[in-house]
Amino acid sequence: MIAATVPIQRPGDARLLIVDSRGQIADASRSIFPNLLHSGDVVVANDAATLPASLFGIHNRSGRSIEVRLAGSESVRPDDVKRFSAVVFGEGDYHTPTERRPSAPELHPGDTLQLGPLKATVLRLLGHPRLVSIRFEGPASAIWEGLARYGRPIQYSHIPAPLAVWDTWTSIAGPPVAFEAPSASFILDWRTIDAIRRRGVLFSPITHSAGISSTGDEELDARLPFDEPYRILESTARSIQAARAVGGRVVAIGTTVVRALEHAAFVHGSVRESTGIADNKIGPATELRLVDAVLSGTHEQGTSHHKLLGAFVDESTLLKMDHMLQHHRYRTHEFGDSVFVEKSRWKSAAGNAHWVEAGDFSRPSTPLR
Amino acid sequence: MNKAQLQNTWKGMRVAITGGTSGLGLALVRMLLDRGAEVAFVARNRDGVERLVREKPQGRGITGDVSKKDDIYPIAIQILGALGGLDVLINNASALGPIPLAPLADTNCEDFELALQTNVLGPFRLTKALLGALAASARDGGHPLVLNISSDAAINAYPNWGAYGASKAALHHLSRIWNEELVSQGIRVVSLDPGDMDTPLHAVAVLDADQSELKRPEDAAQEVISKIADVVSRGPIRLAGAVQEVIQ
Repeated sequence: MIAATVPIQRPGDARLLIVDSRGQIADASRSIFPNLLHSGDVVVANDAATLPASLFGIHNRSGRSIEVRLAGSESVRPDDVKRFSAVVFGEGDYHTPTERRPSAPELHPGDTLQLGPLKATVLRLLGHPRLVSIRFEGPASAIWEGLARYGRPIQYSHIPAPLAVWDTWTSIAGPPVAFEAPSASFILDWRTIDAIRRRGVLFSPITHSAGISSTGDEELDARLPFDEPYRILESTARSIQAARAVGGRVVAIGTTVVRALEHAAFVHGSVRESTGIADNKIGPATELRLVDAVLSGTHEQGTSHHKLLGAFVDESTLLKMDHMLQHHRYRTHEFGDSVFVEKSRWKSAAGNAHWVEAGDFSRPSTPLR
Repeated sequence: MNKAQLQNTWKGMRVAITGGTSGLGLALVRMLLDRGAEVAFVARNRDGVERLVREKPQGRGITGDVSKKDDIYPIAIQILGALGGLDVLINNASALGPIPLAPLADTNCEDFELALQTNVLGPFRLTKALLGALAASARDGGHPLVLNISSDAAINAYPNWGAYGASKAALHHLSRIWNEELVSQGIRVVSLDPGDMDTPLHAVAVLDADQSELKRPEDAAQEVISKIADVVSRGPIRLAGAVQEVIQ
């Protein structure tokens, strides 16, 4: 695959690799996406708006320059804006690949950080020298203003030009609680949403605090995705129930939606109006309870997003998909092409004993605050 | 709608108002807060914003300039951070164009541009940034509304009001088209002429105005509030592909 290096959310030539429930794979224009939906289906997207979550500043004790990337919070409540988990980098910026960035200075609880107009204190380390819990000082209104005016979108070296906030907001963006864009939803403009609805398909977002996708550190990347809070509105829960009642499919736009819906289905036995913190990791051993298909970006082997697709299809289909993506030179990363993957009819029939990878729920994940 | 129902209409309604520290905007902020709405207001002058927050501590003040493209998303983030969502957006901030008013032939391009940036592009950009939140309000059973403050200069051709009138005409038509387009998302867009008011903007525009003939901003605000209540009382727009339709 080749990196998508320009922040265009809906390029006219975007591709879509379609994998149906029988394992048949087809290459198509992404604009046909609404045609893949049937009357009675429900499309669930993530309506989180993306915070400008990259903050440059100074680690006061050492006097060194740092970049703080907010990575998680405990809820999707907008007034909950004081405490975050964050990954801290040393000097430099996104032009340097994250794995080559200088280390952050040694961080200790009580250290103070000056991040433009924002002041923050390190509360504790979260099992890694670069992953910390921080608390901003001041009233919520001042923190919001500081983030809105001083923060930059988190970005990586494959896009050379600086991203603007509007590059990272989907058309449906609402609550500003995502740390990186829920980029699968870039496909959705209002015309597409109208087209989806005209097919007799329900459209119902959830809000999921999409976290950081890469830290540049092998040990930290292995812990991704971090815990992510989500909120399912009553209207969305009803839409999902209505679709299932008529035999429609639950189509998730993005891996974050799969994670939230499957978490809610596991905790409550079904999807209902709820808030929660998705601490599940979805992979080949996961038996999906709720989601029937996912529209996602194209993902490289070894990433948590790629592993998640393993819950929908078997390994050989996944390998075929990877081959097709390479062969057709699909673009990857947040502004890249997409895949639409239906749950394999054979995979679900296999009846895995554990629908979540062994240990993911039984072993408490590291709290991020 | 009876009085008790009206009372409930405002309680918890999330409203954002631009140009919220003077004239009609200021009157709307005060009245809506008094009725129990959750209000975020935007204005360019930080001192003015802080002054109003001191007067109305339950209001959420945001310093920003809707005529500037780079201010729009910081404003939108703060509105959504303060209110957690949005039901009503009132695009009230306005610019006259040249001051003193001038015939079009004597109007500098830059003054015309400022009127278009403030009166057309600013509302367009801010509304677009907040559409996701407004659509969420509709899905959640709300009655999302965008209210664009217009003028009779949008309809009638008054000499010397060229930059202002042309920009308000564009805003008026933008509102009508957007109302047609957004009905499918359950969002209403309304353009409203509040009439000639005794405001700082009018005082700059018409130096020799007889103030006794001008409407008080509080009276105009009352009319705007009645208009919102009227729209809300029509009930939510039925969304295409709604749950009931699928079940049937």
